[in-house]
Amino acid sequence: MKKEMKPDGRGTQGIRIKGNFVEEEKQAVYKKNVYKKLLKIKPCGFHRVVIDKLRVKAGTTTILENVSLSIACGALTVIIGKNGAGKSTLIKSILKEVSYEGLIEFRDLKDNTIGNLRVGYVPQHLNIEKNAPVSVYDLVAAYTTNVPVFLRKSRKLYEEIRERLSLFDGETLIDKQVGDLSGGELQRVLLTIACTPVPNLLILDEPVSGIDRNGRKLFYKILNELKQQYDMSIILVSHDLELTAEYADSVVLLDRTVLKEGKAKEVMASEEFREVFGYLGTLPEHKGGGE
Amino acid sequence: MMELVGKVLDLLPLEFLEYDFMKYALMAVLIITPLFGILGTMIVNNRMAFFSDALGHSAFTGMAVGVLFGIGNTNVSMMLFAVVFALLLNFIRHKNIVSSDTVISVFSSLSVAVGLAILSKNGNFSKYSALMVGDILSITPGEIRSLFLILIVTLVFWCVAYNGLHSIGINSSLAKSKGIPVKLLDNAFVVLVALIVMLSIRWVGILIINALLILPAAAARNIAADNREYHLFSVMISVFSGVLGLILSYYLNVAAGPMLVLVAAIIFFITFLARRLFRG
Repeated sequence: MKKEMKPDGRGTQGIRIKGNFVEEEKQAVYKKNVYKKLLKIKPCGFHRVVIDKLRVKAGTTTILENVSLSIACGALTVIIGKNGAGKSTLIKSILKEVSYEGLIEFRDLKDNTIGNLRVGYVPQHLNIEKNAPVSVYDLVAAYTTNVPVFLRKSRKLYEEIRERLSLFDGETLIDKQVGDLSGGELQRVLLTIACTPVPNLLILDEPVSGIDRNGRKLFYKILNELKQQYDMSIILVSHDLELTAEYADSVVLLDRTVLKEGKAKEVMASEEFREVFGYLGTLPEHKGGGE
Repeated sequence: MMELVGKVLDLLPLEFLEYDFMKYALMAVLIITPLFGILGTMIVNNRMAFFSDALGHSAFTGMAVGVLFGIGNTNVSMMLFAVVFALLLNFIRHKNIVSSDTVISVFSSLSVAVGLAILSKNGNFSKYSALMVGDILSITPGEIRSLFLILIVTLVFWCVAYNGLHSIGINSSLAKSKGIPVKLLDNAFVVLVALIVMLSIRWVGILIINALLILPAAAARNIAADNREYHLFSVMISVFSGVLGLILSYYLNVAAGPMLVLVAAIIFFITFLARRLFRG
């Protein structure tokens, strides 16, 4: 199985001093086993997250209206739109944080049954300051287990979390303080949390700041691998039109309702897209756009 | 149980323990301080320092309501009022209409004003002014027992709810997506804080109760790297300042509460400097 995620080039295999070769090999075997254990439900293409006639109101203003989407497993669906277009409200509706009218359900098209929608969510940022006494272990354990994190660490759980983190090349981060992580490292930890247990739908809110261009690119690469390995739908709210054009399987242009939906090229060449973003160099051919 | 602890304390070669009231005070401190050390970690985590302060102030109103309706045991009315007050504040806090510290401040001043207005009617306020500073030396064995009970309740609650509360504080949407009952836990926590504050306010006093909740956790936060250290340091600092504060108050003839806060504050500054020195 070929699978090497090295989001920042200084992953565990990146730098090795001579003589450490045995260690390296051991690590490779270890990783392989982890993958075998945790992955391996290939996307089937029959699972859909169906949103039908979604409507969200806040007081008297309508934030979203007549939003209908069908999001396939094994695909990366990117939502774009300007500020205030209702992108985060759409996410909040799926997370059931705001009340809505309409339908959001998880369907199996093979036999048309409705399943439980298990959502994994990667937020834009955490409410955590630089010196907060929270280690990566604490963060992951608190979100994904009932083992109280203020008591002694559980050896077994520690190993389990390390394995989980290693899927995103984050096993070396486990004892670090969350406040000390770089933007990219934090994103990998958050992905670990979102994917424990493996969700049907992974929702990601792309951070606007804190991650450089390379970091973002690697993030999209990770998503690309995820959608091939797991049976899940991925929704990404993106602020980077250029990378969207490169990696998205399908793009949704949102402004209170779905203005345009389809392949990245189609959407970005459309009249609606131009109306929202203008000609200000946001088309993928042009350099450095859309942020 | 109480007798046993009393006998153990008798064995200690400490002069001030010859008095029963000092013995009881020490026992109370040994229960209240770890309790506050634990609770404080979450209050500081979730940035609720101002919230718990407002809760403390609502003790006046609770007592006033009790007096007004002729409830013999004002403890009951204080606790009832505090629970309602806490839930109301929490509700408004999450509405995001006005910034939460403004809302809390408005309600806090309102409840103090209502309380003072009622209690000071007919010039009777001096009767209640003890509530301001508290008097740990007047605690009775029965009251120590109920404090001990609530310590146990808190520990159980902590084991069940800490992970969830911690997660909510860091990102509530993420917590919600993980199936954590956000609203329930959040409300349960403020109710618990309300009950504990009201049960201990007579001994600690409205003016300094918040300092005791916040200082140990804030000091621990300066030097802790993860949640285990955070709790350990917070409880240790809290108990240490409690015991040392009580002893100092006896020998210096100063009220116990303020002494306790002074010790905790000094520890806070020491840890603050330590962080600056070692972590940059």
